Amino acid sequence: MRAVDQQSGSYGEFEAFVAGAAGRLLHVAVLLTGEPEPARRLLACALARTYAHWRRLRADDPYDFTRHELCTAFARTAWRHHGGTGVLARLSPQERLVLVLRLYEGLAEEVTAAQLGMPVERVRVLCNRAVSLLRAREAA
Amino acid sequence: MSGIPDRKEAQVRQLLEGPYPVIPTGLAAGAAARGDRLLRRRRALRRVGWAVLFAAAVAFVVWASLTRPWSAPPSGISPPLDGW
Repeated sequence: MRAVDQQSGSYGEFEAFVAGAAGRLLHVAVLLTGEPEPARRLLACALARTYAHWRRLRADDPYDFTRHELCTAFARTAWRHHGGTGVLARLSPQERLVLVLRLYEGLAEEVTAAQLGMPVERVRVLCNRAVSLLRAREAA
Repeated sequence: MSGIPDRKEAQVRQLLEGPYPVIPTGLAAGAAARGDRLLRRRRALRRVGWAVLFAAAVAFVVWASLTRPWSAPPSGISPPLDGW
């Protein structure tokens, strides 16, 4: 338990961060996975990594870091998350990632592309396709 | 030009909005405990890595000083015996 005592100062900061940001982050995770239980697991994993990285964050935004971890973990396990019951159930994991980052989180195309490791054009195409798919579903 | 896509995007954005789900209790404490475990494991791994590196360096020095691979092996062929 020595490590916990060493970090007790940053634990308070971390707790405040989680209290403020967990709701929105969990909403993002639920949008991505479509189901609450995997979303909770993803978020817990991402938050643990944020806590492990807390002292080296310095100027970085912990929210951005956690979202990045969340999206990376989701992309890594995306083959498990086909389907689901959420709003985005009909979209592929990549389309969900792009849509959530671009429209819900309001990231720029370039930032989304850099984070997902794909060209900007591909982000644009995926986003447009996701938007038209969703609107087609709405219209039906 | 960007008017129509903007309206479409706004519609989808509205679809994505929604009430935040309930946060499970003990999320922060659980994540912190897990993060600590992660840190400790990483630290242990790094320590083992350095130990292995150090042991390898020591082993190499000992081996080199014993076998002296840089000195040429004694030649098995003697020079021709002239002027005897």
